[in-house]
Amino acid sequence: MAQADTDRSGRPLVAVTGMGIVTSLGRGQAENWSALTAGRSGIHAISRFPTENLRTRIAGTIDFEPVEPLCAPMLSERLAELAAEEAVAQAALPRRDEFPGPLFVAVPPVEVEWPQRQTLAEAGSDPAGEVTYAQLLAGAATGRFAPWHDLFTFGTVADRIAERFGTLGSPISLSTACSSGATAIQLGVEAIRRGEAEAALCIGTDGSVNPESLVRFSLLSALSTQNEPPEGAAKPFSKNRDGFVMGEGAAALVLESAASARARGARILGYVLGCGEKGDGFHRTRSSPDGTPIVAAIREAIEDAGLTPDDIDYVNAHGTGTPENDKMEALGCTKVMGERMGSVPISSNKSMIGHTLTAAGAVEAVVSLLTIAKGRLPPTINYAVPDPAIPLDVVPNTARDADVRFVLSNSFGFGGQNTCLVFGAEPK
Amino acid sequence: MTRPVVVTGIGLVSSLGEGIETHLAALAGPPRPRIDAERFAPYPVHPMPAIEWDRQIAKKADQRQMEPWQRLGVYTAGLALEAAGLKDEAEAKSRMQMIVAAGGGERDYAVDGQILTGLRNAADPGAFLNERLMSDLRPTLFLAQLSNLLAGNIAIVHGVTGASRTFMGEEMCGVDALRIAQARIASGQVDAMLVGSSYNAERWDSLLIFELGGYLWTRPFAPVWDRPAEGGGLILGSAAAFLVLEARDQAERRGAAIQAELLPVQAARTRRGPGAVPASLRQLWTGAAVPEGATVLSGATGVAGVTEEEREALAQLAPGVPLHATGDLLGHPLEAVAPVGAAIAAALVASRRASDAVATTVGHRRGEGLVRFARAQ
Repeated sequence: MAQADTDRSGRPLVAVTGMGIVTSLGRGQAENWSALTAGRSGIHAISRFPTENLRTRIAGTIDFEPVEPLCAPMLSERLAELAAEEAVAQAALPRRDEFPGPLFVAVPPVEVEWPQRQTLAEAGSDPAGEVTYAQLLAGAATGRFAPWHDLFTFGTVADRIAERFGTLGSPISLSTACSSGATAIQLGVEAIRRGEAEAALCIGTDGSVNPESLVRFSLLSALSTQNEPPEGAAKPFSKNRDGFVMGEGAAALVLESAASARARGARILGYVLGCGEKGDGFHRTRSSPDGTPIVAAIREAIEDAGLTPDDIDYVNAHGTGTPENDKMEALGCTKVMGERMGSVPISSNKSMIGHTLTAAGAVEAVVSLLTIAKGRLPPTINYAVPDPAIPLDVVPNTARDADVRFVLSNSFGFGGQNTCLVFGAEPK
Repeated sequence: MTRPVVVTGIGLVSSLGEGIETHLAALAGPPRPRIDAERFAPYPVHPMPAIEWDRQIAKKADQRQMEPWQRLGVYTAGLALEAAGLKDEAEAKSRMQMIVAAGGGERDYAVDGQILTGLRNAADPGAFLNERLMSDLRPTLFLAQLSNLLAGNIAIVHGVTGASRTFMGEEMCGVDALRIAQARIASGQVDAMLVGSSYNAERWDSLLIFELGGYLWTRPFAPVWDRPAEGGGLILGSAAAFLVLEARDQAERRGAAIQAELLPVQAARTRRGPGAVPASLRQLWTGAAVPEGATVLSGATGVAGVTEEEREALAQLAPGVPLHATGDLLGHPLEAVAPVGAAIAAALVASRRASDAVATTVGHRRGEGLVRFARAQ
């Protein structure tokens, strides 16, 4: 046997045989990779809804995929479908509608949105009186809006994707906040390692930029308010960073046991070698000040991959551009890698595509694997004012070539969620 | 590697009250559900019982940071940890992982109503909506609405910080939470997990979602099995259940009281149509190798179609066995229906009222699940 089918711990090696991505930069791996390495931003002024009276009026929305009605679950489903189509096509499975494994999909929060509330209020209320929920219910009771039940329940996106691609078993919809995309991949890796499945379809998707979701983050002071110019707003690791910029996107990975991928002659694009996670009970939105949980998640991912910190060639950062995240991420990476971190390149895709929230971990997984395959590091753009507290090589502003064998990809989220993944061209 | 997975702690709260004994007693007697038919008329709900939050959530500041679904869940998770003897075991809790089944949190109904009223005559509706949202939403409300913040609050309040995942998707996410937790422990990935869910039924926005689809029962209480003949419908119920699951060898090492063994959890997604639910349940039943005479707890909703089909299938699979419906006791707690069924089934085995017990879940729209407990060998 030329290559091992199991890792050092005797578990099935998990190969990636298909990838799909859609962001505000475009559809597919080629469009996204060329924009990301050109340092182009997908952030723009929001045109989807009026932005008067908002502190933040920019986002990386995806406006080239019309859906009807335009709402978070519809757009999230469409983006997930696009990403999965590309991934499944690349994997060249025998059938595109009979995926040979389970589905894990990270989806954004789902609830009835304002346009629908207004319609229900009109349908159910006395036009002179105050609107209350009793009247929305009266509108619902007319039975005229029955499809909205499915539309606004949490399991529907996964159910429809499962139906479309013919995945096996009970599909899992999940959230670990801003690390959800990475968790979807981790669940797929685990299912294959446990021997429950030979393949898994793992997706992160988020098409949830609407007035209320934007206001929610705005009220937590998490968003950049630098509206002009929009493409300059996301400034991860810079001293003048002032928050993240919301983005939309989706990414999908076809994972397969290396044995099964080789047996069917599939092209292996890379491996998910390690996963690490650690909870943090310090605060609802802030990390433990000493970074211990972040450090634990990074260490676990590297160990799980059978590597040491010295093996990591590049870090695909969570890099949101909030003062808190970037400081803590730099601290965590430095604690794990030691002095060497000063020369390990670390860059943030979010400087260009914004923070795709639920999708981010999956989007960045695809970019990490492309980085390995192409031997080129996407930059952190908008890096004009270095932060002396973060003396790292953030691949400032311009992409550059590099020999990358192993990538660490970080994802951190509200609620003490820390999930890290390690990808490699080959296992060590 | 595969190793037995056991239950060492159960936390359970519903409209009936709190704790295992309350629920087992209710199961043994005639149905005496607690219903509030007034507050959300014409929609009855099974309301939360009175709870002394301080008993499990020490800090008032933490209580204030949470909306009712989170408080109920954090409280119930505390009961489970206490029952497992782990409440004060900081080191064990820092390694324990979680899977929580959850939807989203409640909205601010007053704010929504005021905004909708104002939108009617607003000269510039978009600008008006933005202005009201920016000024009227409480900044921390978002954190009470995020699905994964129930797990986040359990980490903060109880110190369960191994790592957590939150599964969404109505009834099936509760089944899948148990399924993945069992598989992770059985395969040696982790030694202990806290698994469960919490649901607040006393919510206009939850009622709205179900009324959109025409799923709500609006008449006086009737047992779930009797509802389809009258058009069918579900009554939402506030409830939470959490289980501490451990590898049996670890539970034995630490001298924990082992309640029951959790067998591999069965879950399926079928294309719904006539006969689909019975076929799926038969497959799950076979997959779980349910022995004859096992006690059956159904999570049936009362929704027409799937409820009759489930009853028929269970009558064939478990002939002569009395069929209990958790819906008759405490209503339909959506994401929590499988954890609640599992908690009661595990308690039946632990209390030696059954040697084997299964809890079935048939989602009102999709998904079927089966959770089986046996006496730990």
